[in-house]
Amino acid sequence: MDFEVVENLIKETLVDAEVQVTDLTGTMDHLGITVTSKSFEGKMLIQQHQILMDILKPKLDSGEIHAVQLKTIVKP
Amino acid sequence: MSNENPFNILKSDTPEVKKREAVKESDKTGELKERIERLINSAPIFLFMKGQPDFPQCGFSSNVIGLLDNLGIEYKTFDILSDMDIRQGVKDYANWPTYPQLWFKGQLLGGNDIISEMFHSGELEKMLKA
Repeated sequence: MDFEVVENLIKETLVDAEVQVTDLTGTMDHLGITVTSKSFEGKMLIQQHQILMDILKPKLDSGEIHAVQLKTIVKP
Repeated sequence: MSNENPFNILKSDTPEVKKREAVKESDKTGELKERIERLINSAPIFLFMKGQPDFPQCGFSSNVIGLLDNLGIEYKTFDILSDMDIRQGVKDYANWPTYPQLWFKGQLLGGNDIISEMFHSGELEKMLKA
């Protein structure tokens, strides 16, 4: 899975997002994704992660991404 | 395939199979939702995990057990490997694709990543002991 595709996919929904993608296993399908966005403000971690999981769901369902490790940061 | 319907096995008369027929297909969705809600409301802190607390079958489940024990709080667990209906059902119910899942007062708090992060920030202890 191309990192840029992941990044753009997230930015389609979270337009202000800063996205960092890393390859956790060297196979390009276990991704570490750090997202900084204002839209996380006032939300519980689970809700912040759920926003991202909803965005990534098609890629996870199709198997293009096998697993993700998410980190969300509220943009100051 | 000679056997056209692979589910015909459900109609067999062996006692084990009869037990499985207790849940009618038509009632399944509604009944499953009720079962899940009964489970998550059966204790304030409820963990869906792989395996038993004394013998977790997955590193992430084991990690969450370790964190909860570290806080010295009481919790209830359910082994999702023992029940395929619950295993898939809770994923759909929670809109969360993986296990373990820690639930607090009927709300999903998170999986291993989130629970670990909340533990280290002190938020987990504050919330669960409130």
